[in-house]
Amino acid sequence: MAKGIMVVAEQRDGAFRKVSFEIASAARKLADEAGEEVSAVVLGSGVEGIAGELGKYGVDTIYLADDPVFEKYTTEAYAAAVTKLVKEKDPAILLLAASVEGKDLSSRLVGSLATGMASDCTELRLEGGKLIATRPVYAGKAFAELEITGSPQMASLRPNVFPVVENAKAGAVEKFDAGVDASALKTKVADINKDTSGKVELTEATVIVSGGRGMKGPENYQILEELANVLGAAVGASRAAVDAGWRPQTDQVGQTGKVVSPNLYIACGISGAIQHLAGMGSSKYIVAINKDDEAPIFAKADYGIVDDLFKVVPEITTEVKKIL
Amino acid sequence: MNIVACVKQVPDTEALIKVKADGSGIDEGGIKWVMNPYDEYGVEEALKLKEKNGGEVTIVSVGPARALETIRTALAMGAEKGIHISDPALDNADAYTTASALAAAIKELSPDIIFCGMRAIDDDAGQVGSILAELMGLPQVTVVTKLEVEGASAKATKAIEGGLVTYETSLPCVITAAKGLNEPRYASLPGIMKAKKKPVDVKDAAALGISAEPKAKVAKMTPPPERAPGKKIAGEEPAQKAAELVKLLREEAKVI
Ligand SMILES: Cc1cc2nc3c(=O)[nH]c(=O)nc-3n(C[C@H](O)[C@H](O)[C@H](O)COP(=O)(O)OP(=O)(O)OC[C@H]3O[C@@H](n4cnc5c(N)ncnc54)[C@H](O)[C@@H]3O)c2cc1C
Repeated sequence: MAKGIMVVAEQRDGAFRKVSFEIASAARKLADEAGEEVSAVVLGSGVEGIAGELGKYGVDTIYLADDPVFEKYTTEAYAAAVTKLVKEKDPAILLLAASVEGKDLSSRLVGSLATGMASDCTELRLEGGKLIATRPVYAGKAFAELEITGSPQMASLRPNVFPVVENAKAGAVEKFDAGVDASALKTKVADINKDTSGKVELTEATVIVSGGRGMKGPENYQILEELANVLGAAVGASRAAVDAGWRPQTDQVGQTGKVVSPNLYIACGISGAIQHLAGMGSSKYIVAINKDDEAPIFAKADYGIVDDLFKVVPEITTEVKKIL
Repeated sequence: MNIVACVKQVPDTEALIKVKADGSGIDEGGIKWVMNPYDEYGVEEALKLKEKNGGEVTIVSVGPARALETIRTALAMGAEKGIHISDPALDNADAYTTASALAAAIKELSPDIIFCGMRAIDDDAGQVGSILAELMGLPQVTVVTKLEVEGASAKATKAIEGGLVTYETSLPCVITAAKGLNEPRYASLPGIMKAKKKPVDVKDAAALGISAEPKAKVAKMTPPPERAPGKKIAGEEPAQKAAELVKLLREEAKVI
């Protein structure tokens, strides 16, 4: 019978991404409740040295396939390797990150393992030994609790939501043969264009400063960049700002942009349209700066300032500089 | 080229979503239904490819009777024909079942390329395109913002955390579309008139030989958790308000 919880860890360029520790921690919590073990899959090239790190976050066994074919992520190679391992080890629960790579891989695995998955979950619990996964639907206008009747019970976890908890376990590394034939792959990476600006990635940021149409033009984002700089934050934008060509598509937060859940989201000159709220509604704290007292964003904000953002934002930067 | 674009009918993004009192789903009364915005990018890309290379675009949708309107919308944009997979047994279909239905219908078409939206904005699951690719044994590139098709191969670019990656893949393949891929066209009036006469085949689960038994089930739906009411920071001067905000973020929220 299927047992244990398996997580698929995500590494990039030889380092685990933080979300891998989040899913390992979440898996440990469930496993402790059920009295079961946690295993992890690590795929990569030259990653043998880091594989064991997952032990620190509660992983008992780490299955490692270290092979040049896994140097860069491709759906085909990664899905083939995880499918083979899952079929062999038969875990009851399989967890992945709802990151860009995790979303692609997990949904392909639903097909290859012929099961069901709760995507982009914000909460997991066990009920009578079965996984109950909670996730926002209709852009956060409702929440659904899902039960997976297929096996394994799959869920992908929204980054930045589940806490990283240190809970050292053996973290024994076991190599496995993924059996992937590089020459048979139909897809290859043609090009990777890294953003070298040193910008904090939106979906991973713990603080986001975001600007909308109220910024009035691309040059004014400078004041947000300055605040973001002192806070170590990422800069986001509303669709109005992206569609106006002021900010790149990759900065867009919302229903047709990125879904983010930082500890702090500071919305400047953003009215709070339902499609924008869909992308940032699960932030832990929301601050709104808007000169319109009636702007819907205030209904979602923990702290609001009704004033001209061009006057307030530089003052906030000055205040933060005093304490940080 | 033989091109397929999958579409789903979803509530308009502005729609007020009311969860039924028994938590079994949402109340569909008063909802305006539209084509999933990400599917619009898929349909547009399909049409652009056809215009460049010749061929035809087939629209495939799984959904109740009302989904026919969305198929007609895509036909009005310029697609040639539609397949409507309609069966009450599929009303609560999960991603695997939906993809199985699509795969069964699409296999007979032997397409060169299949477009889906990167996710549907109702269940927000984002699984169907990948499952479909797996079931058809095809490569996939998801969340694509740029596509170039050359002969029997395609280059597809997507944003990843901290950059862009371009994959090269052989055709046939499945592409899931993201915002940025193109600007979807509106249906013209003559397009809408013509669409009424374009053929739409209706199929049910039995005709496709698929099982409607779900592998994931919604046990309960609830309204979103309430956020505690927020504070508006009082004060005369911007500097004063800024100082108070920073103090609250530091001492009360403890987030900076
Ligand atoms: C299918 C669909 C998908 C969409 N997806 C998204 C999405 O993913 N993300 C998204 O953001 N939107 C999305 N939208 C668009 C959304 O409906 C809104 O149009 C958009 O969010 C508005 O952006 P905004 O708040 O910046 O602009 P506006 O609504 O114009 O608000 C600007 C705000 O700035 C304030 N302001 C102006 N000047 C100042 C000043 N000097 N100081 C302080 N405040 C000032 C104004 O009071 C106003 O509240 C989508 C829409 C559709 C139909």
